[in-house]
Amino acid sequence: MDEPINLVLFSGTDDRLQAAAVMTAGAAALGRRVNIFLQYWALDAFRKDRIAAGRGLSAEAGEAGAALVAAAAKAGQSPWHETLRQAKELGEVDIQACSLSMDVLKIEEDDLDPLVDGVEGVTAFYLNAGDGHIVFI
Amino acid sequence: MARPPTNGKGSGMPLEIAQRVDAQGLSCPMPIVKTAQAVKLMVSGQLLEVLATDAGSSKDFAAWCKTTGNELVESSVEGGVYRFVLRRK
Repeated sequence: MDEPINLVLFSGTDDRLQAAAVMTAGAAALGRRVNIFLQYWALDAFRKDRIAAGRGLSAEAGEAGAALVAAAAKAGQSPWHETLRQAKELGEVDIQACSLSMDVLKIEEDDLDPLVDGVEGVTAFYLNAGDGHIVFI
Repeated sequence: MARPPTNGKGSGMPLEIAQRVDAQGLSCPMPIVKTAQAVKLMVSGQLLEVLATDAGSSKDFAAWCKTTGNELVESSVEGGVYRFVLRRK
């Protein structure tokens, strides 16, 4: 159980980010290291001026699904960025921005929320991932 | 009401709960996250009581204890409320 869990976050919708945050917090609570690599729309969601703004749901949610998710939030479910913050306090969670996505989306390191620990390329991500599972969300 | 935890040696003496976490109403994985946070601040041998309502709690707490090496002393459910007593390793 020494190998880290490695999550590649691509989608920037609230439901997928919430699912990723839950996976991260659970792993952190078990004492597993978690490496997160932010690409494209997930990276965009970590801009500090937008991180708290709602970003919609996956298309499959539909109106009924959106209503259920909204009800869960109203009932007090933590937003995904808050769940990630708690996971980082609890365990070893390293969040890195994909340097290519930074270029494409014209994002500077200063634009990112402090949840993001740094910027790296895919080679560094694979190196840190070791033999641990890689999950793409 | 559930009985207070005993020391398992037949004396019926209730064990002393050092810390409590009320995770009722919180959804997965927050009951486990709050538990892990609380256990971090305890010393070896101390008991933690957790109340939760998340339906995955029974399996999650058993799995968490198995993985982290903390002891699940009691696990029960009554009226939709799960109650766990854990001993910090």
